[in-house]
Amino acid sequence: MSSQKESSNIIRLAHGAGGFLQEELINFIIKDIAIKKISNGIGVEELDDGATIPLKDYNQEIVITTDGHTVYPIFFPGGDLGSLSVCGTVNDLLMMGAEPIAITSVIIIEEGFKFDTLEKIIHSFNLKAKEANIAIIAGDTKVMPNGSLNEIIMATTGIGIKDKQIKILDNGLKIGDKIIITGSIGDHGTALMASREGLNISTDLKSDLGFLLEINNILGFEIKNNYIHAMKDPTRGGIAGNLNDWAKKSNVGIYIEEEKIPIKKQVTAICDMLGLDPYNIASEGRALLSVDPQFAEVILKKIKSTQIGKGAEIIGEVKSENPKQVLLKTIVGGTRFIDMPLGELIPRIC
Amino acid sequence: MEIPGTELLKSKIFTEKIVKSINRIIKDLNTPIKIMHVCGTHEHTISKYGLRSLLPKELEVLSGPGCPVCVCPAADIDKAIELGKRDDTIITTFGDMIRVPATNISLAELKAKGGDIRIVYSPHDAIKIAKENPEKEVIFFAIGFETTVPLIGYEIQSKPPSNFSVICAHKLIPAALELLISQSQLKIDGFISPGHVSTIIGLKPFKLFSDAYRVPNVIAGFEPNDVLVAILMLLKQKKEKRYETLNEYSRVVKPEGNKKAQEIISNVFESISSPWRGIGRILDGGLKIKKEYAEYDTDKKFDIDIEKSQDIPPGCSCHLVMIGKLYPYECKLFRKECTPINPIGPCMVSMEGTCSIYFKYYKEEYPK
Repeated sequence: MSSQKESSNIIRLAHGAGGFLQEELINFIIKDIAIKKISNGIGVEELDDGATIPLKDYNQEIVITTDGHTVYPIFFPGGDLGSLSVCGTVNDLLMMGAEPIAITSVIIIEEGFKFDTLEKIIHSFNLKAKEANIAIIAGDTKVMPNGSLNEIIMATTGIGIKDKQIKILDNGLKIGDKIIITGSIGDHGTALMASREGLNISTDLKSDLGFLLEINNILGFEIKNNYIHAMKDPTRGGIAGNLNDWAKKSNVGIYIEEEKIPIKKQVTAICDMLGLDPYNIASEGRALLSVDPQFAEVILKKIKSTQIGKGAEIIGEVKSENPKQVLLKTIVGGTRFIDMPLGELIPRIC
Repeated sequence: MEIPGTELLKSKIFTEKIVKSINRIIKDLNTPIKIMHVCGTHEHTISKYGLRSLLPKELEVLSGPGCPVCVCPAADIDKAIELGKRDDTIITTFGDMIRVPATNISLAELKAKGGDIRIVYSPHDAIKIAKENPEKEVIFFAIGFETTVPLIGYEIQSKPPSNFSVICAHKLIPAALELLISQSQLKIDGFISPGHVSTIIGLKPFKLFSDAYRVPNVIAGFEPNDVLVAILMLLKQKKEKRYETLNEYSRVVKPEGNKKAQEIISNVFESISSPWRGIGRILDGGLKIKKEYAEYDTDKKFDIDIEKSQDIPPGCSCHLVMIGKLYPYECKLFRKECTPINPIGPCMVSMEGTCSIYFKYYKEEYPK
């Protein structure tokens, strides 16, 4: 079929949705890179939250992450493009066990954009950076002709620092680990969908956008001692994308219990209405952790004592059966797979 | 808002009780049992909640032809595509329909090439488009079972603008049951029938079949325990050698159905022998617009002749999947050439299509 060949040469929205098509796109982009990492550090091939630059003769290393932000609408319930850019970048550093120290930003603006609006975005960007106690150390600005870009997009690079012996990686899951989520899932993506034009859904649902700083601070001891084997903020692709990623990279089976997964009633209702799967929907202030079972209860208690982690739960465990798969025990006790999302067509969620 | 009492429909404790009873009867019956449902939403509930993993292996729950976009013949889509190629038309239809591959292309591909194809959420939206575009012919491509028929019937009898017409590709469920029962090699022990269809037509059309063919039937709702209770009700009948149509979904379905909706249907439409994609012609399996309303019948307004169409592309097994003869993972295209992003056959398109549901919730068989 000629139409099929034609369509396989085209990049579709689903290529950016955190599913297996996105994996395909990333592999296409990185396949011919000559140097993919610095000495024995984490490089581009690991497809982790960020990379590391090991420094000879030091016990610490630099962690670096880079991120594009295309959210629409640029002001949404619970945040805006500016706050999202800082939170997303800082969270990526935290999820590798690093302490964030600085950020750089690129702002690309469409001709005709208003200074007033830009001011609001910059203001919340600066405010969030201050809140995270990080410096804004470099940047670049471009203006594009009217129509060649929709309003404004940003790109950021985050810089952090961490002890070399801390290893919090996607391939770090161990058999027996407990899986913890730090709060209700899918709030960000669902709130954004609900606020988009034409949907006519009125709801008090807000994005969960926030720093995961408190989580890292309270778990300093556990992070240092490597009781936390993996950490990730389930943004694009939701928990389904994250868990599948972990299962594959760590070659383990992940078993999740549906009744333990915290999820708001509004999220379930809106997802049902729109035919979306909440497990595939982005959060912007939640973390998934895979932790040593011996310390799981202590870790949960600590997370629950923070403001952002009040709703944390242990939702599952890691087994040797069904490697590379994620299985769900449903609320009625049945079992089914949670698959890597194919890519729900909800673009510009982050 | 949750209706009081409906917590039971997702209660694990209740599920355990039902499954225990199912196991007991299956043991007593001591023979393999095949139950079939004919509704994409039922398949979705069964797969999403992992219900098959709870059932004894002697009990098979098959998925029948219950997805409205799947059973719509390629010739009807080809017709919409031919009409959509004209400069003076706007084709409107429900979302999933535009991605279904027809003989050569889909409506979505025509749209990408510049055709004016619009997704609507109800026929009323299509009429709005007709009013806003008086210089264009606005065609509503009407698909679906008894559930959606009254909506479009109501619009037709309310005298829409003269530049509005309907491609009537509606199908009727009870007639399909008759065809499935008569497929002797399938040997279905009981049917789970869709609650929303019965909300409109009531129990009578289903009763006729369970009486005539001596096959038990249960009208079921769409929560996990609705489906499991329906299975239990079927097995009980089997054990007691009864062949009735029972109503599990009585919180919504009235035995007589919705009289007003039935009036609209019989006022605007008449049943005809109708082709189902991949299955063949079914006696009384579809509807056409009565001649009193011929001015809104696209077929009467335009003389479009689709000479040759292809329902099932080479290698695709949708025709076997749709009648429960094959599981999707037994098709050699499944998960390889055929995925929800590049669907080859109609069952891989909509979230009510069996292949697309299996793609999401199953790997091969259901997990242990």
